[in-house]
Amino acid sequence: MYWTYLRRELAGRKKQTAVVAVGMAIAIALVIIVNSLSAGVRDAQAQALESVYGVGTDLTVTGAQAAPGEDGGGRGPMFDFDEDAGSTDDDGTTSLSQSRLMTDFMRGTLDASTLDTVTSIDGVAAASGALSLTNSTFDGELPSAPGGGGDGMPEPGQGGAPGGGGFGGGSFDIDSFTVLGIDSADSSVGPLSAAELTDGRALTGTDAAAYVAVLDETYATSSELSVGDVIDVGGAEFEVVGIVASTSAEADTAANVYVPLGVAQELSDAGDVVSTIYVQADSADEISAVQDALEEALPDATVSSQSDLASTVSTSLSSASALIGNLGTWLSIIVLAVAVALAILFTISGISRRTRELGTLKAIGWSNGRVVGQVAGESVVQALIGGIVGVVVGVVGVWVVNLIHPTISAAGSSQAGPGAGGAGGGFPGGGAPGGGFPGTDMAASAGEITLNAPLSLGIVLVAVALAVGAGLVAGAFGGWRAARLSPAEALRSVA
Amino acid sequence: MTMTETNAGATFATPTPAYRLGAVTKTYARNGRPVQALAGVDLEIAQGDFVTIQGPTGGGKSTLLQMLGALDTPTAGTVHLGGVDLAKASSSKLGDIRAREIGFVFQAFNLIPTLTAAENVDMGLEPLGLSKAERAERVREALAHVGLAERADHRPAELSGGQQQRVAVARAIAKRPRVLLADEPTGNLDESMRDEILAVLEQLNAEGLTLVVVTHDSAVARRARRRLRLERGTVRDITR
Repeated sequence: MYWTYLRRELAGRKKQTAVVAVGMAIAIALVIIVNSLSAGVRDAQAQALESVYGVGTDLTVTGAQAAPGEDGGGRGPMFDFDEDAGSTDDDGTTSLSQSRLMTDFMRGTLDASTLDTVTSIDGVAAASGALSLTNSTFDGELPSAPGGGGDGMPEPGQGGAPGGGGFGGGSFDIDSFTVLGIDSADSSVGPLSAAELTDGRALTGTDAAAYVAVLDETYATSSELSVGDVIDVGGAEFEVVGIVASTSAEADTAANVYVPLGVAQELSDAGDVVSTIYVQADSADEISAVQDALEEALPDATVSSQSDLASTVSTSLSSASALIGNLGTWLSIIVLAVAVALAILFTISGISRRTRELGTLKAIGWSNGRVVGQVAGESVVQALIGGIVGVVVGVVGVWVVNLIHPTISAAGSSQAGPGAGGAGGGFPGGGAPGGGFPGTDMAASAGEITLNAPLSLGIVLVAVALAVGAGLVAGAFGGWRAARLSPAEALRSVA
Repeated sequence: MTMTETNAGATFATPTPAYRLGAVTKTYARNGRPVQALAGVDLEIAQGDFVTIQGPTGGGKSTLLQMLGALDTPTAGTVHLGGVDLAKASSSKLGDIRAREIGFVFQAFNLIPTLTAAENVDMGLEPLGLSKAERAERVREALAHVGLAERADHRPAELSGGQQQRVAVARAIAKRPRVLLADEPTGNLDESMRDEILAVLEQLNAEGLTLVVVTHDSAVARRARRRLRLERGTVRDITR
């Protein structure tokens, strides 16, 4: 009889049941979608992080950021042409082509011996150094510049960069790609630990001094390069021996071109330095202690943990995460609160409307507990109907998100420093369509990360539990009102 | 004579009273001022009697019915139903007594509109903890008793006022109560329906059920064996 009465009561007030159920459904659907999206954004962050720092990198050590012009701070791309450089046509136009390999602009480096210091610290399981470089190629024609010896292009980002028209008909391309010098003997720690070989072979210990390169698959495709081809890096020819791709299909690897560390140091004239040391701790528990020890041992370096790194990966990803985390959560809470408030209001008004009915039940011998149980049961079932509809809507919503595959830009920016953005835009002008200077290896990983919204049984169960909880809250209010009804009071309203 | 009415001074022996009320007083606070609804009522109602209670509005009829129906307890005095003093019983005990000993019939029928006639009758059996089969049998029996066996699956809105009140009577008697209390049972009915209900009530009384009916309707009162008048909280026998 309990269920018959409950079913008939809910069916008898369809509009009210529908309003509460719809409110609850929206809230529950929001909870599911927001939670799934949050999980998706977290996954995307982890993917972006892995593609940049590799799997298992717990900490990174980087050189302190250098101000422009400081020693060790690197420079913007600068091309030096001798008077004899290039070939000059009859009309005075000089054809020039030069490739330069430079450490990143405004980016400090670490002496290679730092790696030994890091490795010697307790709790460090493995460490690997890498040198982050940018290769810039100038290729084009210049008219005979007034008073010029063909000497010196202005640095980018300083406003003086001449466009194609600035030299009265000159035409040139500045092309650039990122180069990462890596320990060719061991890629278990570092950016390539999250990459897989798709063609050719990886760098090995015997490549330490060889002019061989491994390319990022996306870069190789866009540059129409494949294994066996030759690529110009810093004016030297490198044989492409392998192609790698990020294990997360949605992101590129950390740089465009990977070469042996020693070769990179030599070609860039950077000396025996690295820009980043990737550190793996013995265990997750020790990360914090290792970080402290590293900071103490290397006071001039910057030591970043995964969470530090996560916050630097992609501003848009972070803002998506913040949006979903804050707005989404608050929206869920507000809608849930409104749904609960509606359920409570309708339940209480229902009790007032049913004073005579409930009073009659008490008058014919129904116990208080039985009446309260009936009222609370109606609220719980009503909320549960909304909850189930909400779960269905939520699951469909998540399915739609996964069908649409929204993408989020996942450009890393921290290591590029404030100069990176400026450098990227520093070469306007029709003659320089090379795409500017990507700031660093981090920027090279810029990629569209496809956002997936993983749906877990846990989220669904939590959503259903929320609905039941909301129903219980509403039922408790209604039950409290019903319990206070005296059968005599109820009958008095009839008279 | 099966009733003792001491307000009027007369005393009669009643071997097995259904109710025995001793000096029942009920005082309410209304707008901060005490109102005495019952002023020392002494009353016995014998098993199997048919008693009507008449009187002006505000005279205490509903209050007395609430005392008899274990819906409320007196400010002072005793209300014995069988061997139990309702004035001293806990609220759960009162609920149990309402479930087993007392059948209620209300002026507005008080049926649950979403349930069928049979389901409404079943609601009265809910607290008894009977088996499903026993309940079904009692529901069928009660509806047959009031002549509505064919209407078991009809909802209240599909029944006439008289039929609805008969369903309410069936709900009250399905539990096989010691007494049936009715509050203006014909108040919402026209003359023919009133006779319909009175016929049912008289039949039940003839079968031994004790009836206490609060009514304004003198046609109903005339059918009773005992007629009481309640005025200014005191009761008086007006049976002639």
